[in-house]
Amino acid sequence: MQTSSDVVAGYHDNSVHWRCNNNQTRKESFVNKITSTAALLLSMGIALPAAAQEDTIKVGILHSLSGTMAISESTLKDELLMLIEQQNENGGLLGKQLEPVVMDPASDWSLYAEQARDMLTGDDQVDVIFGNWTSASRKAVLPVVEEENGLLFYPVQYEGEESSENIFYTGAAPNQQAIPAVDYLMSQGVERWALLGTDYVYPRTTNKILEAYLKDHGVADDDIMINYTPFGFSNWQSIVAEVKDFGSQGKKTAVVSTINGDANVPFYTELANQGVSAAEIPVIAFSVGEQELSGIDTGPLVGHMAAWNYFMSVDSDANYDFIDNWVEFTGNDMAVTNDPMEAHYIGFNMWLEAVRKAGTTDVDAVKDSIIGVSVPNLSGGSSAMMPNHHITKPVMIGEIQDDGQFSVVWKSAGTIAGDAWSDYLPESQNLISDWRAPLRCGKLNVDTMTCEDGAGAE
Amino acid sequence: MTPTHTMNRRPGSVSGSQAGTGLRRCLAVVTVLLVWLVGVSPVQAEVTPQRAQALLQALDTDDFEAKAEAAQAIAASDAAQKTRWLKTLLDGRLGRERDGERFYIITDDSGREWPIIDAITFEDAGTGSRRSVDTFRINNDLRTQLQRLIASLSLGAGDEATRLAAAKRLVGEVDAQSAESIATQLDNEESPAVRAELETALALYRVEQGDASGLATLRGNLDTRIRNSLADIANSDSPIAAQAGDVLAGIESKRAWYERGQTLFFGLSAGSVLVLAAIGLAITFGVMGVINMAHGELIMLGAYTTWMIQQLLPGQPGLALLLAIPGGFLVAGAFGILIERSVIRFLKGRPLETLLATFGISLILQQLVRTVFSPLNRRVNSPDWLQGAWQLNEALSLTLNRLGVLIFCLVVFAALWALMRYTRLGLEVRAVTQNRTMARSMGVRAARVDMLTFGLGAGVAGLAGVALSQITNVGPNLGQSYIVDSFLVVVFGGVGNLWGTLVAGMSLGVINQVLQPWVGAVLAKVIVLIGVILFIQKRPQGLFAPKGRTS
Repeated sequence: MQTSSDVVAGYHDNSVHWRCNNNQTRKESFVNKITSTAALLLSMGIALPAAAQEDTIKVGILHSLSGTMAISESTLKDELLMLIEQQNENGGLLGKQLEPVVMDPASDWSLYAEQARDMLTGDDQVDVIFGNWTSASRKAVLPVVEEENGLLFYPVQYEGEESSENIFYTGAAPNQQAIPAVDYLMSQGVERWALLGTDYVYPRTTNKILEAYLKDHGVADDDIMINYTPFGFSNWQSIVAEVKDFGSQGKKTAVVSTINGDANVPFYTELANQGVSAAEIPVIAFSVGEQELSGIDTGPLVGHMAAWNYFMSVDSDANYDFIDNWVEFTGNDMAVTNDPMEAHYIGFNMWLEAVRKAGTTDVDAVKDSIIGVSVPNLSGGSSAMMPNHHITKPVMIGEIQDDGQFSVVWKSAGTIAGDAWSDYLPESQNLISDWRAPLRCGKLNVDTMTCEDGAGAE
Repeated sequence: MTPTHTMNRRPGSVSGSQAGTGLRRCLAVVTVLLVWLVGVSPVQAEVTPQRAQALLQALDTDDFEAKAEAAQAIAASDAAQKTRWLKTLLDGRLGRERDGERFYIITDDSGREWPIIDAITFEDAGTGSRRSVDTFRINNDLRTQLQRLIASLSLGAGDEATRLAAAKRLVGEVDAQSAESIATQLDNEESPAVRAELETALALYRVEQGDASGLATLRGNLDTRIRNSLADIANSDSPIAAQAGDVLAGIESKRAWYERGQTLFFGLSAGSVLVLAAIGLAITFGVMGVINMAHGELIMLGAYTTWMIQQLLPGQPGLALLLAIPGGFLVAGAFGILIERSVIRFLKGRPLETLLATFGISLILQQLVRTVFSPLNRRVNSPDWLQGAWQLNEALSLTLNRLGVLIFCLVVFAALWALMRYTRLGLEVRAVTQNRTMARSMGVRAARVDMLTFGLGAGVAGLAGVALSQITNVGPNLGQSYIVDSFLVVVFGGVGNLWGTLVAGMSLGVINQVLQPWVGAVLAKVIVLIGVILFIQKRPQGLFAPKGRTS
């Protein structure tokens, strides 16, 4: 649902989208890996004419390679190609080779749904899909994967309040990112809160949860400031001045930022220019990662924070190996890794494990076998798939360094299980989700024990 | 430092809020150091390697409180290396061997293999990497404390800026213990700026003690710490509450004026961006009646030109930016002429088709940039003289990049106006605008004027791109964010009128900024849009109508 360039999605909805897919991915990254013809075919959404089609397992990759989301999503496509290549070198899966099926939904939400249907029912009949970034595109694909009984692994942190039988959420739910971040700031003595966000569903839902949470913890109405700005907003002067004023009333103040995509660059530039340092008013962001920082001079931003489940600077051998592989695969010494990449790494390995466990790629069998599967994550521990189709992850707070990396200043004691339905919103606090056999319910009201959504509802 | 300082620092025990104690303790150190150290240069002696090892060893903990203690122990020690240790700790370049006892300083942390030196002897230790050296991490509180410690260590040098910075930090932090020594220091201080800060700090202390004599000094002071302290006093039952409230009211009204000034500046700078983006359009749209939907992409080309020139001149962002001004103009202008020659002149008098064709061109240019440069945003560096802010006083500061854009906008406007007013081309353009047929019959080559006009408009769009590269993202979508606003400004200002564009852009910017704090950015934009639509209903020709009969 977010980051890098949901950007001007609002602005762009009425512009023409490129239906003809193009080959403008990162050339350096994979032309030297696959022949350029293959690359062209791949990015045009045509499966490679494999010699023995029955003998491959098809993995759908549904990430935008053009349009506004390409900035974030094309990296994930490259990562999956790398993971598939590595798996094939290690003998494939169930004795078969994996075969990537790449499509380009071109940052057009309805095209995501169309191409997902094409992947599941067309010539390819993929066994699993890894894809999507924005919540809007996930919402578009959801009915398709449910109707066609597909599997979708969704790698980005999102607003929660959803659980589908066919979607596995490997990114963070609000309780795995936003709530721990606020807890950390409270422990640092923060008493006033400016919640700044881009004006769409993820920031609004997250801020609603945070506002309820802060008020539960005795924060007065006057000490919370909420502000929304459009996608791609660049005129931050008066908002930053307002925050500065808000923070100069004698109480320790922090900014919780759900600002998305491109708007972050002018936001941080304005902070630096107006002299708002992390020592006075720290900003903690939920959508700013290594990739976004690569476009900013981070010198003046040292000390501002981000909350994620993974940072490229995480100290573990699994992470260093992953980075080495990634640098080698892309052929770019400066290539960065980020949290959604780790989410795909975990999701991909969970799916492999579940298929091995089930002995088949049959969707229903995999859905059953994946619950409880535990695989190593990149921060040195392991993550497990919960019955609500969310996973357990450690939560980390990192401070921006002048080299564009984060230094981890706080890490949760263990892993935290993702909560599909927030406990802090009155409308969802009684809801849980459990897709295991007898229950099979995505929206179970524990008060009345009625199932509002899922197979168990019938 | 002498042991005395260590003694003074210790009394604070670990209690109360975690963040607060360390900071306060550190402040106490700074206060004491400030008072004692001016002009005193501490004699530094070598410490034994074992002692040095122990000092560094204490940093090797995950608890930031303990790390802060260790840093203070280093600052108070006699180790000759202590300043370098603290500085590298601050930069995240001090670490220890992963499976060993040695401590290293990373001399260059770019890349994946770092050259390292021994932290105690400063001898070359080969190279290390993230797998072999664990760097010591710091967080915000610790960073602040380290900066204070380093500042106080260099106080011996005692230049005025350092003393001033230290004196500024004292405001609101004075207690009975330090008040006397500050008073002593005030007598010895020569710099008027430092004296003023010290006097303010003491006056605030006296007021907090219920002594009204300090209020006179505080009158009109814009420092937020003073405002907050006075607000507390005014709301308490202190005997001087009423007097403090009086001073506070004065401060608040002074601040209010500066805040209005700041809003005006914000508005003008937002307006100047609009004017820059729209003024090229005012020329093409106004003179030729061409609805150029690719105008935004011409802006984008100007921004990319800036980026490319910066790539050619690494390390010289200032020079690159200056060169980008003619560069952006020429590149965007050349593209403009190309578009005019290849497409627009064949669609003369068919506005709908021109609109669609130029919209197509805009998409082609966007995708061209995506293919050639990648869909990722490009980072354009700002030269030092466009970073930071010009701090007029505590309440009013003008950010330099915005100020630069505002000035640049006025210069571009003046140059364009002069061009239209005093040159042959300007005369011909105005003639064609007013009456195309008549101008042609007087020997003006209208086709050539069209081409040059379009090139000029496109070139000015390129200039806007150069300016925008300093305040927003340089990416394939840059232009789309500005095209709607540009048309809005041109239509509001009156088609084909440069003054109209200037006034319209500036006033829309100011209105937007005035509305924003009340209704938020999204609604402010909506209100402005509705306002302009209503205005156009009443006055279709815009603010400044072209004079004379229109043909």
